[in-house]
Amino acid sequence: MAFLSDTKTKELKLKANNIRESIISMLVEAGSGHTAGPLGMADIFTLFYFHVLKHDPKNPLWVERDRVVLSNGHICPVLYSTMAHAGYFPIEELKTLRKFGSRLQGHPHREYMPWLENSSGPLGAGLSQAVGMALADRIDKKDNDRFVYCFMSDGELDEGNTWEGIMLAGKLKIRNLIAIVDRNNIQIDGFTEDTMPLEPLVDKWRAFNWHVIEVGGHDFQSLNEAVSEAQSVYGKPTVIIAHTIPGKGVHEFERDYKWHGKPPTKEEGKFALSELRTLGGQIKSEHQ
Amino acid sequence: MLNPNLKLNTKLWSGDVEAVPIRRGFGEGLVKAGEADENVVALCADLTESTQMHFFKEKFPERFTQIGVAEQNLVTVASGMAAMGKIPFCSSYAMFSPGRNWEQIRTTIAYNDRPVKIVGSHAGISVGPDGGTHQALEDIAIMRAMPNMEVVSPCDAIEAKKITQLLAKSGKPAYLRLAREKTPIMTTEETPVALGKSQIFWMPDVGIAEVGIIATGALLYQAILVAKELESEGVKIKVMNLVSIKPMDVEGIVSLAKEAGAIVTVEEHQVMGGMGSAVAEVLAQHFPVPIEFIGVQDKFGQSGKPDELIEHYGMGKSSIKEAVKKVLKRKI
Repeated sequence: MAFLSDTKTKELKLKANNIRESIISMLVEAGSGHTAGPLGMADIFTLFYFHVLKHDPKNPLWVERDRVVLSNGHICPVLYSTMAHAGYFPIEELKTLRKFGSRLQGHPHREYMPWLENSSGPLGAGLSQAVGMALADRIDKKDNDRFVYCFMSDGELDEGNTWEGIMLAGKLKIRNLIAIVDRNNIQIDGFTEDTMPLEPLVDKWRAFNWHVIEVGGHDFQSLNEAVSEAQSVYGKPTVIIAHTIPGKGVHEFERDYKWHGKPPTKEEGKFALSELRTLGGQIKSEHQ
Repeated sequence: MLNPNLKLNTKLWSGDVEAVPIRRGFGEGLVKAGEADENVVALCADLTESTQMHFFKEKFPERFTQIGVAEQNLVTVASGMAAMGKIPFCSSYAMFSPGRNWEQIRTTIAYNDRPVKIVGSHAGISVGPDGGTHQALEDIAIMRAMPNMEVVSPCDAIEAKKITQLLAKSGKPAYLRLAREKTPIMTTEETPVALGKSQIFWMPDVGIAEVGIIATGALLYQAILVAKELESEGVKIKVMNLVSIKPMDVEGIVSLAKEAGAIVTVEEHQVMGGMGSAVAEVLAQHFPVPIEFIGVQDKFGQSGKPDELIEHYGMGKSSIKEAVKKVLKRKI
């Protein structure tokens, strides 16, 4: 795990802001899609794609790469946006999101973009695929060379398949598997604790023999330390429960579950972009 | 007569024809596939011996994963392993996999195009005493409707052994349908088999056939018995073994329909959406002829002995014979 300098942290913050701008623009252009989750996960995706991951955007199928499994496919605007900014494909292509013939399907599909590790959309199936990948690497004795990271939502912890995967990874003591839960407390019908309470979430994962780390989802230093700790754990899979603010970066969208599954209108997109470009009013003229 | 080119089991008519469970052939084939390719791995949902995966587990313990009673996890973990270059076979009873985990198979295996092999054992009504909950009669329908998915249903243990090895090399997602009961051995080690191809097992001694029977799975044996019995009544029949339900041998089926002008399909599955439906889809487009469908008529099964259930639900010899006579009358 690379040391995260203050200069690099500042760079990551600006990069995350750019990625959020792209998320807003692509959603406005698409006219449908999810807003809250992608904005909330922008910092974590930025840290991974610009600091943590062993990957090569110019050689996306590099055999030795870390594997990234996105389980909750509906937050794919943050995945696409981050990948574009990292150089996997032109940023301009983000405007094709959800359009006919686009590589950027409404929910990720490998057939259209073969360098995705998995297709997703229906919830609760990503972690088990990540378990399978990590297990295959262990059988091949490659589990010291790379990690399998699984990004998942808190809402999809309602799914039984998820807990089947959690149970198996605990049984197999898979150490090359790191799950990152977007603990933003919302799902389509409302707050998670009203819809289907998840707490005590840390205790639940622990009871299934996982190493559990809780961390704020918008602080690069703490996140980086959490990933570093997860990579050092011996004989157990690790879950990082990242407390994020849904809609993070656009004040009007933050913490409101109504923004889970809808895109901004053109007007809303305009003020959202203005807010992002002034870093929430910290600077007077909009940066470009 | 039995097709002389296929080197079939000539002891088929003796009262004590050798009978082996089709699933046993899978178990042996999986070991051979594992020997041939170290990327072959096996996963099971707490039915290792029932699905005959224990042979593989004993030989390659490091390549076997016990998933527990969790069929959704069974196939999603397999998908992840396939993403890393493995060729996973995952087994359970057909009612649970693909019965319970259909969407996971669709999204993480078929949609992802990962070469995972779903092995559904104990398919059909002949599971018997366990009753209707355990009798998978809809599995062909739900699996053949899925893009990218191949569907195969071997007729005996020897064919199952060969098919398992072929599937390991196919590079595609596949559903392998197996039965629990001991069933007569119709083929030999020398009988050729290929994915996507059908074979004529029985044919008239001379002349052309006036009815074609297309059967899949263990009921093929009943179809051959019917053909032999009706031969003495002067009815000329060809019997096709349709091991590969998808992709389907369109050419072979159309050619049989053109020769015979009437078809009877035979399967241990719901008539709706099964192999017979798939044959009808092909013939309706290419060469429409009268068809009679042997299978379960939109009903759930119940407890009983395999033979009595096959009879009761209209899939026995007498039902097949009736269907042949009926379809002959419908010929124009």
